[in-house]
Amino acid sequence: MSEKYIPKSKFAQWFDSRLPLLSLSHHLKEYPTPKNLNYWWTFGGILTFCLITQIVTGVILGMHYVAHTDHAFESIEHIMRDVNYGWLMRYVHANGASMFFLAVYIHIFRGLFYGSYKAPREVIWIIGVIIYLLMMATAFMGYVLPWGQMSFWGATVITNLFSAIPLVGESITTWLWGGYSVDNPTLTRFYALHYLLPFLIFGLIILHIWALHVPGNNNPTGIDVKKNTNETMPFHPYMVMKDITALLVFIIIFFWFVFFAPNALGHPDNYIEANPLVTPTHIVPEWYLLPFYAILRAIPSKLGGVIFMFAAIFVLVLLPWLDTSKVRSSVFRPIYRKFFWVLVGTVILLGYLGAKPPEGIYLVLSRIATAYYFIHFLVLLPLLGRYEKTDPLPISISDPVLNKPGFVDKFKKAAAQYEGDNVGSFK
Amino acid sequence: MSKELKPKRRDFLFTATYTIGAVGLAAAIWPLIDQMNPDSSVKALSTTEVDVSNMEIGKTITVLWRGKPIFIRRRTKEEIAEAASVDLKDLKDPEKDSDRAKNPEWLVMVGVCTHLGCVPLGNKGEYNAWFCPCHGSHYDTSGRIRKGPAPTNLEIPKYEFVDNNTIKIG
Repeated sequence: MSEKYIPKSKFAQWFDSRLPLLSLSHHLKEYPTPKNLNYWWTFGGILTFCLITQIVTGVILGMHYVAHTDHAFESIEHIMRDVNYGWLMRYVHANGASMFFLAVYIHIFRGLFYGSYKAPREVIWIIGVIIYLLMMATAFMGYVLPWGQMSFWGATVITNLFSAIPLVGESITTWLWGGYSVDNPTLTRFYALHYLLPFLIFGLIILHIWALHVPGNNNPTGIDVKKNTNETMPFHPYMVMKDITALLVFIIIFFWFVFFAPNALGHPDNYIEANPLVTPTHIVPEWYLLPFYAILRAIPSKLGGVIFMFAAIFVLVLLPWLDTSKVRSSVFRPIYRKFFWVLVGTVILLGYLGAKPPEGIYLVLSRIATAYYFIHFLVLLPLLGRYEKTDPLPISISDPVLNKPGFVDKFKKAAAQYEGDNVGSFK
Repeated sequence: MSKELKPKRRDFLFTATYTIGAVGLAAAIWPLIDQMNPDSSVKALSTTEVDVSNMEIGKTITVLWRGKPIFIRRRTKEEIAEAASVDLKDLKDPEKDSDRAKNPEWLVMVGVCTHLGCVPLGNKGEYNAWFCPCHGSHYDTSGRIRKGPAPTNLEIPKYEFVDNNTIKIG
């Protein structure tokens, strides 16, 4: 890593000096990763897999799908019944969206728990928030394409959010629709954008990883790692193998849904063709948007609800500056650690409430949870940074492991058994 | 040294893992490729029945089968005689007329030039039969290539007479 990479063969040198692809692949291979990364760090790789799966299956579905209000619903059934393995492509794509969000939520909460958003990784974090926003936009527009009842009314409700904007709101929704209601022009532009956005996400992921490779990975202790010492290991094969192991487990869960419960995460009403005259009695967004939906409905004002919903995402952009604690990992932040889990519970509660009708106790709870969500970021984090007494940080990332009583002796014994006389080589 | 050359348990595990991985990957990729093959709705259209009861001698009709034009010609006596009399040595792609037309009066063939896929024009060319305007291939009254760049005769599809008035193609 530190010394400049020079390819072996003359031709490779010639090529690499003109387009340093070999240097890039060398960098990716040798990229030093902290040796104490746990399985929560494998979700970056899993998310890359999710994006590629969505793009591949999406391009394939695009070969068979017809973006027209007269044919869209029919063409989905054509994919399900006629196209070779069309059912598989569609179920992988539909469940893939859910799995993508599942992985991204774990990835985000990993960052929140271990303080991965703090200096010097603020830019990685902000790019991540933008990716998350684009993912939500992409997923929403993708859900409209089958042109079922949920597609149509989901599109109607979400686009109507923009009508809350004072003065220009109405013009903006008309502009979004390309008409006076959700109709064919809306469908075709959503299709075009649904196709485009994943490639923007792909580009942003490259920036996300680029920005990551400047400071290097955070790690469970949150302290800085000394690069190119025995504290780091090359990305390949060590992290690659760990990522693959986690990915395989993830794929098993993913395909359990695809093969055994492909419609469990969807809504049956979307198998009814869109009807602009009848709204389904109970309309809910996909599960991964529910917490924001709950916030939207918790505020008793049209504009206010929209503002709070978007603020719930944008507050994450400010997070690196709201959390003023110098200690990254919550392993050494006893109070923050508790509030972290309260936040996780609050978001799950909001998700649950988003699926319930906005009345009675559900509405009260939604308001409390919404208030708490913002208090966590805007009040608790700045205060904790000031007043929390953090635990002492270890000297190095090896320290917490090696200083466990009896650990080294146990390891030496095992090494002696394995290496016999060469036990001296064990450090 | 000799100890190191012997395959170890770990080598076996690596090979077995890679093999399973490769098989799994191939199985996962196959649906991605197969989805581009003709789907069930296309395969369902693989036969076409044509009513030819109204066709007079010397007429050609063109019907669509699997998206391709099919020429059905009720040939005149002269055309049949001409097609039958050709010396096979003069042909680029030797084929007897009797092998091409089950019933000599009826010629059924795919109306796609075997050169690069254009549709030949009827009653044209040096043999007053079919002529492809794209690159100048001349076909005779049996649809055999006689002159020009096309390599083979016009293709004969699978067909049968369901009854005297109906031809089933495919």
